[in-house]
Amino acid sequence: MKIGRAEVEHVARLARLALDEEELDALTAQMDAILGYVDQLGNLNTEGIVPTAHAVPMENAFRPDEVLVGLGEEKALQNAPAAEGPCFRVPKVIE
Amino acid sequence: MSLTDLTIHELHERLVRREVSSVEATRAYLERIAAVDERINAFITVDAEGALRQAEAADRRLAAGKGGALTGIPLALKDIFVTEGVRTTCASKILQNFIPPYDGAAAARLKEAGAVLLGKLNMDEFAMGSSNENSAFGAVKNPWNLQCVPGGSSGGSAAAVAARQAAATLGTDTGGSIRQPAAHCGVVGLKPTYGRVSRYGVIAYASSLDQVGPMTRDVEDCALLLQAVAGHDPADSTSVDTPVPDYRAALGGDLKGVRVGLPREYFIEGLDSDVKEAVMGAITVCRELGAEIVEVSLPHTEYAVACYYLVATAEASSNLARYDGVRYGLRVDEGKGLLDMYMKSRAAGFGAEVKRRIMLGTYALSSGYYDAYYLKAQKVRTLIRRDFLEAFEKADVLLTPVAPTTAFGLGEKTADPLQMYLSDIFTIPVNLAGSCALSLPCGFTPSGLPVGLQLVGRPFGEETILRTAHAYEQATDWHRRVAPI
Repeated sequence: MKIGRAEVEHVARLARLALDEEELDALTAQMDAILGYVDQLGNLNTEGIVPTAHAVPMENAFRPDEVLVGLGEEKALQNAPAAEGPCFRVPKVIE
Repeated sequence: MSLTDLTIHELHERLVRREVSSVEATRAYLERIAAVDERINAFITVDAEGALRQAEAADRRLAAGKGGALTGIPLALKDIFVTEGVRTTCASKILQNFIPPYDGAAAARLKEAGAVLLGKLNMDEFAMGSSNENSAFGAVKNPWNLQCVPGGSSGGSAAAVAARQAAATLGTDTGGSIRQPAAHCGVVGLKPTYGRVSRYGVIAYASSLDQVGPMTRDVEDCALLLQAVAGHDPADSTSVDTPVPDYRAALGGDLKGVRVGLPREYFIEGLDSDVKEAVMGAITVCRELGAEIVEVSLPHTEYAVACYYLVATAEASSNLARYDGVRYGLRVDEGKGLLDMYMKSRAAGFGAEVKRRIMLGTYALSSGYYDAYYLKAQKVRTLIRRDFLEAFEKADVLLTPVAPTTAFGLGEKTADPLQMYLSDIFTIPVNLAGSCALSLPCGFTPSGLPVGLQLVGRPFGEETILRTAHAYEQATDWHRRVAPI
């Protein structure tokens, strides 16, 4: 077994996903199979190989530090599930 | 011949001669969509009103003699491109009511060119899938056989071109999502070099792999549409600031002096015999056109799928963290606090495949596993990229199948995610390497399903693959066949 049910539950919490029992069972089996498959990468010797984050080599992309026009309050809030004044409204965080 | 049968360049000729108006062409497409989309399900949103308004504006521009190659041409976009005022869902329940407050680069450039945007196309949710069955808006059907998948994730974009529901479309390709559906639907699809086209306003899946590209009826249209969207964009820091060549000018001529490489790892057991036969036929045509055929090797091919499903899922888990029910998208709030709201909103909004990839990616990045999975995959990515650079010392273009099989049946692979992932084995390595590749029709099975040919080019070698594809296309007539819908 590459991964067990308890570990899948832990990962679901990290990923902020409230999964039900059925989903957790299915994912345990599927992730186990997929992780078993990707294990073949271990057959390759990658000592001294530099990891690739981006395929096209690039330096930092700089631009002048200038203020640009943003979306504005109205547009920024137009898709908000809940808003109040110029703010996004969220459930209470602090008791 | 109907207006909807014309390519972009054919319709353009008639528009500039004022033999037909953009409004007429747009109406013809809207009628076609109304007639067939119940069976295909290529569109998530049709914007008839907006399209007709844009067509009227295009007609004014054409009447003034100011029309360019795309002015007045009815196109459609995968529903991953944000479009101001037009709902953009990414085929997910979590974005089912999202109305973007701005245009991304693709929509902005096409509008600037005077194109007409008919609507937004179905896809696998968040571009995760190879069959277009992972859509919150239902599966797309293949116009060549309604029992088959169109491929994915840009399945709606491919099917709409094949079923004459748009003159051409844009898709995105992270591991084959333009090329594989193009192959399964018998159209031309190009994944440009990473950085060639801006990703600004493309809803992110795996940021180091995602790339925007055209899906068209023929190679000339592909060149024209690429021309319109290629180029540096300050709003995408990974877009590359190198000059954009004249892609259409690159077309024409034979293949004398072109070295076409056959990677031996791509002609293996498990390759469907119909696919193999069609691709072998294409090699013969290229040889007759003057190409020099050479054998090359991409020795790390067998590791590409494993590498991809770590790199892509890791990036996805990070990108999709933004869907938290706060600023936009679905919110499920049962009054149990912020964390509970995050977890229930995401659980209710994402489909099974998206959850699976977020879980895999989160695991690959999690404490204690990062080095073994994510970092290891990035090192393997270096080896895969090197394979391509070495192969391109011997060859100018690599010729391969696009997929090991033709379009498979609806529901055939949904039970086994790993089998579905393996259907992308010939397209994934190109994304990892960051190179460009094009898919075009090279034959049909006895039952009438299209077979796709993949031509892979060097980074920023779009001109070479377009020219090679064009020479092949002009020598064959696969692209003239029309889906029986």
